[in-house]
Amino acid sequence: MKTAELGLYGPYGGRYVPETLVPALDELERGWREVADDPGFRTELEGLQRTYVGRPTPLYHAERLATDKRIYLKREDLCHTGAHKINNALGQALVARRLGKTRIVAETGAGQHGVAAATVCARFGLECVVFMGSEDMRRQRPNVERMHLLGAHVRSVEFGTKTLKEATSEAIRDWITNVETTHYMIGSCVGPHPYPEIVRELQSVIGREARAQILDVEARLPDAVVACVGGGSNAIGLFAGFVDDRDVRLVGVEAAGAASLGTGRPGVLHGSRSSLLADEDGQIADAHSISAGLDYPGVGPEHAFLRDSGRAQYEPATDEEALAAFRLLTEREGIIPALEPAHALARALELDAELVVVGLSGRGDKDLAMVLDS
Amino acid sequence: MTDPSSDDRKRLSIYLMAGPETPELAEAAVAGGADLLEIGFPFSDPLADGPVIRLAGERALARGMRTAACLACLAETRARVDVPLIPMTYASILEGYGYERFWGDAKSAGATSLIVADLPVEAEPELPRVQLVAPTTPDERIRLAAERTDGWLYLVSLTGTTGARETESSQLAGLVRRARAVTDVPLLAGFGISTPEQAAGAAALADGVVVGSRAVEIADEEGARALREYVASLRSALSTPAGASATS
Repeated sequence: MKTAELGLYGPYGGRYVPETLVPALDELERGWREVADDPGFRTELEGLQRTYVGRPTPLYHAERLATDKRIYLKREDLCHTGAHKINNALGQALVARRLGKTRIVAETGAGQHGVAAATVCARFGLECVVFMGSEDMRRQRPNVERMHLLGAHVRSVEFGTKTLKEATSEAIRDWITNVETTHYMIGSCVGPHPYPEIVRELQSVIGREARAQILDVEARLPDAVVACVGGGSNAIGLFAGFVDDRDVRLVGVEAAGAASLGTGRPGVLHGSRSSLLADEDGQIADAHSISAGLDYPGVGPEHAFLRDSGRAQYEPATDEEALAAFRLLTEREGIIPALEPAHALARALELDAELVVVGLSGRGDKDLAMVLDS
Repeated sequence: MTDPSSDDRKRLSIYLMAGPETPELAEAAVAGGADLLEIGFPFSDPLADGPVIRLAGERALARGMRTAACLACLAETRARVDVPLIPMTYASILEGYGYERFWGDAKSAGATSLIVADLPVEAEPELPRVQLVAPTTPDERIRLAAERTDGWLYLVSLTGTTGARETESSQLAGLVRRARAVTDVPLLAGFGISTPEQAAGAAALADGVVVGSRAVEIADEEGARALREYVASLRSALSTPAGASATS
């Protein structure tokens, strides 16, 4: 039988949502198509990316991190709010404003997307409600405090896994209830069509910049591009710059305990069909990772498609490997990464390649307590 | 019993979560006056459901109510009642089991149709199911849903998740009016209907009502006898001439 017709990546993607949301997704898609063709929107977005986010972010040669290869870090950790999440949040805020929405609802795992959402809502005077699992609130306390300071309402999600999966479900339930006034600012390239496409487009600035920067400094394309994958937004953004360069390997790195692509099966979660941690009955399984941002049993549908097509490969990294890479980058380069991109660093260090670009998707201030406890 | 297919009788659909007690509860609900039953096949991440059904689903899964157990429960329920039985679930369950296989096995177990809360009308056109429309659904989508629906149309009476509300939906009347303009299929209103007064109010507009969360709560906390009394109170409210109790 056929799956939903819209927004398909091979057999993945689509729209699996309660009927109440379908018209809102149609409205969002129309709004998105309009702004995509609107030079005024592009000008406004690019201006704010430059003056508010701090783009372009540098491409940094981490000379002391690896001596057997040249590793360049795409420094999304230097973005305003400390992670790539602001790229997406800013763009969606501009879209929401054009749709006349006055209230934003978002989910967050590590808190980076929640902080980004709270930040752009403060910037544009939008009401902001962020759902966060109580387990993640414990793990990522500093980001909870930041969201409070920024004026967001942080709603603790106390049931199920108490992490990103449940926070996302609650954000969608809130959206169902308040759909007339509210824009759902999803944080990753997951969810029903057109979200995976919107988030990929807004994050593709990472890959565009990185490609131009590596050509500028090395006068060649990298052998491989490596990024961590939870939902997969920083990876899809970085990959977007290189996906048409067939000789550049695309490597996504998942948390070993949350390897939706490595060990998952097709299923439906949070509005789209993708590769998921699920059992044979279609029940979603729990993910486990030291990194709250990767602790999610699903992944963006485009990643599942890139995996099946062979264009990208996906590897696991364990908690211990990520912690080791975290310490190594901190000690050798004076850069404290978030635990999420530390997974990507762990695999990049071992990669059989001379020239590698790694997406350093966020900074590690939020993770200090976790690392010091471990 | 009054013939459920007669045009003036308001239909009453009761939702129960699949579990070991479901056959007995189903019998009680039918004895109380339910015309059809929806049997929830629990899913780990039920986006359309409020806290009562979400928690009932969590408990059911903890008791092993996976797809095979739910189908067995359906068959046992079918052995005890004659009314239409409709599994209500989410797309992931059908993805896991296989859409065609699921419908085949559900039908063999006594299902008369399906409700899949997160499968939009465009998806899986070959899968027979009761379609849902919401206050946000445009007229042309209501028409499409009515064309493709299996027997009746499920009106989501408010923008929100399942669960009791204190007041009657102000969005239902408009939705009924718009649906009536494009279709003759029976319209049953659900979501947020829990009291006999709310049921009567909704039934005054539509052809019947679906009651879920409150029925699940009573079944769980007080058992079959209380469920029968509760369903009878809803039945009685629906049998009152339209409008008489709607304004109480």
